[in-house]
Amino acid sequence: MFQVRIHGRGGQGVVTSSELLSVAAFLDGYWAQAFPSFGSERMGAPVTAYCRIDSHEIRTHEPISIPDALIIQDATLVHQMDIFSGVSQNALVVINTPHSLDDPSIAAYIDGLEKVFNVPASEIARKHLGKPIPNLVLLGGLVALTGIITLKSLHEAILKRFTGDTGENNYAAAEELFDYVQNTFELPPPLSMPRRAEAIHA
Amino acid sequence: MTKGQAPTPYSGSREDIVTGQESKQEPQQTPSTPRQVKFYQTGSFAVGGRLLDAPERTVQSGIKRTNSLTLGHRACQGCGEALGARYALDAAMRATENKIVAANATGCLEVFTTPYPETSWQIPWIHSVFGNAAAVGSGIAAALRAKGRDDIRVVAQAGDGGTVDIGIGCLSGMFERNDDVLFICYDNEAYMNTGVQRSGSTPPAARTATTEAIGRQPGNQWGQGKKMPLIAMAHEIPYVATATVAELHDLEYKIEKAMSFRGARYVHILVPCPLGWGSEPANTIKIARLAKETGIFPVFEAEYGEVTGVSKIRSKVPVEEYLLLQKRYAHLFRPSRQDEVINKIQEEADRNVRRFGLLGEDGMVQPSDTDKGISAHLGGKVG
Amino acid sequence: MLEQLEGSKAVARAVAMCRPEVICAYPISPQTHIVEALGAMVKDTTLEHCEFINVESEFGAMSVLIGASATGARSYTATSSQGLLFMTEAVYNAAGLGLPMVMTLANRAIGAPINIWNDYSDAMAVRDSGWIQLFAESNQAAVDLHIQAFHLSEEISLPVMVCMDGYVLTHAIEPLDVPDQELVDKYLPPFIPRQLLDPEDPVSIGAMVGPDAFTEVRYLAHAKQLKALQKIPEISTEFERLSGRKSGGLVRTYRAEEADTIVIGMGSVVGAIEDAVDDLRDSGISIGAISITTFRPFPLDALREAVGNPKRVVIVDRAFSVGMGSILATDVALALAHNDIRLYTVVAGLGGRAVTGISLKQCLSKAVKDDLEKLTFLDLDVDVVERELTRMEQSKRSGPSAENILRDLGTTTPETEGQL
Repeated sequence: MFQVRIHGRGGQGVVTSSELLSVAAFLDGYWAQAFPSFGSERMGAPVTAYCRIDSHEIRTHEPISIPDALIIQDATLVHQMDIFSGVSQNALVVINTPHSLDDPSIAAYIDGLEKVFNVPASEIARKHLGKPIPNLVLLGGLVALTGIITLKSLHEAILKRFTGDTGENNYAAAEELFDYVQNTFELPPPLSMPRRAEAIHA
Repeated sequence: MTKGQAPTPYSGSREDIVTGQESKQEPQQTPSTPRQVKFYQTGSFAVGGRLLDAPERTVQSGIKRTNSLTLGHRACQGCGEALGARYALDAAMRATENKIVAANATGCLEVFTTPYPETSWQIPWIHSVFGNAAAVGSGIAAALRAKGRDDIRVVAQAGDGGTVDIGIGCLSGMFERNDDVLFICYDNEAYMNTGVQRSGSTPPAARTATTEAIGRQPGNQWGQGKKMPLIAMAHEIPYVATATVAELHDLEYKIEKAMSFRGARYVHILVPCPLGWGSEPANTIKIARLAKETGIFPVFEAEYGEVTGVSKIRSKVPVEEYLLLQKRYAHLFRPSRQDEVINKIQEEADRNVRRFGLLGEDGMVQPSDTDKGISAHLGGKVG
Repeated sequence: MLEQLEGSKAVARAVAMCRPEVICAYPISPQTHIVEALGAMVKDTTLEHCEFINVESEFGAMSVLIGASATGARSYTATSSQGLLFMTEAVYNAAGLGLPMVMTLANRAIGAPINIWNDYSDAMAVRDSGWIQLFAESNQAAVDLHIQAFHLSEEISLPVMVCMDGYVLTHAIEPLDVPDQELVDKYLPPFIPRQLLDPEDPVSIGAMVGPDAFTEVRYLAHAKQLKALQKIPEISTEFERLSGRKSGGLVRTYRAEEADTIVIGMGSVVGAIEDAVDDLRDSGISIGAISITTFRPFPLDALREAVGNPKRVVIVDRAFSVGMGSILATDVALALAHNDIRLYTVVAGLGGRAVTGISLKQCLSKAVKDDLEKLTFLDLDVDVVERELTRMEQSKRSGPSAENILRDLGTTTPETEGQL
């Protein structure tokens, strides 16, 4: 099982991000489960969402306490809450920030983590969407880092939810981050996981 | 049955006479009429007018009266609610070619009509709980709409408690959604079913079991209570009307008028309660008429939030005449007369008269009214 | 065909497939997504010949359904928590009148303290109302149970409540199969009401019944529920025949044959229990699970048979009766009264606290060694409770307890308030 935890703020599309990740995984022939943590749903409040991907049916519904990947949509959250809880040194961590990882606002929090990737998702989002909504852009980065989900499925998942230009622009932004990650970082070895028999994009 | 002194010659059929309701009412006397008028005669404001020409007769006086609420029920002698419910539902039945479904709140009407395993209802009827008659009515209307049965119409009914207090949430919801339901409130101004406790419709100074005639301010508090017809009007629903069981023509006219609209409608009927009001059963009609003639209970109708007609007071009567017939006000007269309180009640009545324009030019009876039958009871226009 | 769907949306689609004629609800989290989706389907005419009514309260919603069902309309509502309590008088009334209808209960805790998250205190509060109560252990089960619920409800003329965990299931997005219209039409016969408000044939419904007949009328309700115990497996089998999927029924066993320890649960916690069973089985422990799908009527015989003769039974309950203990355990104990089985109760997941696999496995590992308290509150922070008890000892005016506890936990310290 591959477990992703996404942290962001109300209004940043955290829940949508986990949902579309699960849809993409489903289209790729996996069992996938997405769900948000609820509480304060007000704009700007910290929001967490989860996505599990597996090769067989997922029975548990508990929140993900030991994620394999962490997406941080808003780097200012690192000061506010324990978003690294349960994150092992091998976990993939994608932080949306224009800064380098040596930046004092981040460095102290990621000490000991081996696979941290800083990506300028808000900047790419602004370029394609005219506003800094980084949620789906970051999925492009995660796709590049894991190798279990295809860009084709991500594209379809985004278009299922957002029609027309909004969908295409979001995907274009995600694709740009995909390329950025591939060209900028040394990628970890791709994951592999058996798929469902009736997989759509297998 | 006497018809000797009828101002209009009898012209009805034989069946109309023999199938009419047997009434034990005492002969009525209206203050404006110099002579006693017998019950079944025209010229009375109270009865069915079976001696009138056919189009002017009431539903109650006709052979086709459905007796929606039929005999065998367990209401008290002189029950205004039993009378009002039969009048209203029979009129609604006539207006809909006998296609009425009724939802009933908990209360006297529900209890006395359905002593298990018997029922006095000859129409499809459901009782759910105390506070939800309007919502059950909405549900019936929704089901009928879903099934495309716009020929079947819905009446929801409750006492004042089930209307103005515990039922007001569902009622207000039904109003604002403009559901196709006629809601009828039978207002006897207290919780009679549970033993005469105060409701939001109990008038000031009236004695109830929870506003006893003791202490420094005997009876119900001043400055409380609510006027449900005005609350209904604030929802701007198609039709709102008040009526009493004393004026059968007017009551039937308003129910039939209500049934001519689609959407939410509200008719508020004053129904004296001999038990709760401490009145003689034979005086039920008389007291209801006095409620109107004093100005204590304004009889009017409104469409889409605007008053469109009032029933004028024929001969204005001091409130004292109304109060004296009811033991719930006995403390205003014994052991000593409470002029201050009586005057306050009079002021309230006078305020109604001003507010609704209840008096005509001279405030006197219009003799031609009765001859015009139903149409006469539209009343004068306000303003 | 599998689709990646939110539980609420899938349930809404399943309900729509059943062609309801009146839908009426009042919004409360976490029921909202179901009702919103149905409202949209009525508005865009995906769902035809259906009235969707926005009411002023849950009491109004249930009352509208009472009128609609008595007028022969297939009727549906959904609620949660406080909403269920607010409609309770009408909930009892619908069952007492024997009116078929289906309600989704998106299970949520009841306050105070106010809490929007999942547990079963709402369902348990009306377990004696006369409604049939089915519990969905997954979103797929929730989808299937709703379709079966309409069938069952109309077959025995009683209202049916399908309980699904608020948020945990309602807001989870998973691969789900919503049966197609053709299947549902084949499965679900037209609604022929046992009693009908019909001007052609007037009846009085809801008359007062005195001591002379009340016992008989109430016993009849019980007899109908007992009849449901027979009908539920039949209806489930018929559904399986058409859909090829096993769902519904009274109880379901998982690796339970000859097990020394049986874990009993309801709803979504069953998934976590089954994961724990697999793990413990891998380490050589003889353990199995039973999921109770039908809670009312309570399947005493079916449960007794399913449990067999283990050494011990652990009941995991997401609600409890204050001053008494687990509600589910009381019923299970009655089913197993004649068996020599040690019973342990674990109250878990109150007010949305996650029932984690780690805690569950720790707890079950103790149970299999008979090293567990008879009544355990999973992951209870005893220290925090002790501190508040001490405060209450020390001062008559110790203040509101919930707020004191939150302060102890640091959830609402002035510092964090300032930051938020």
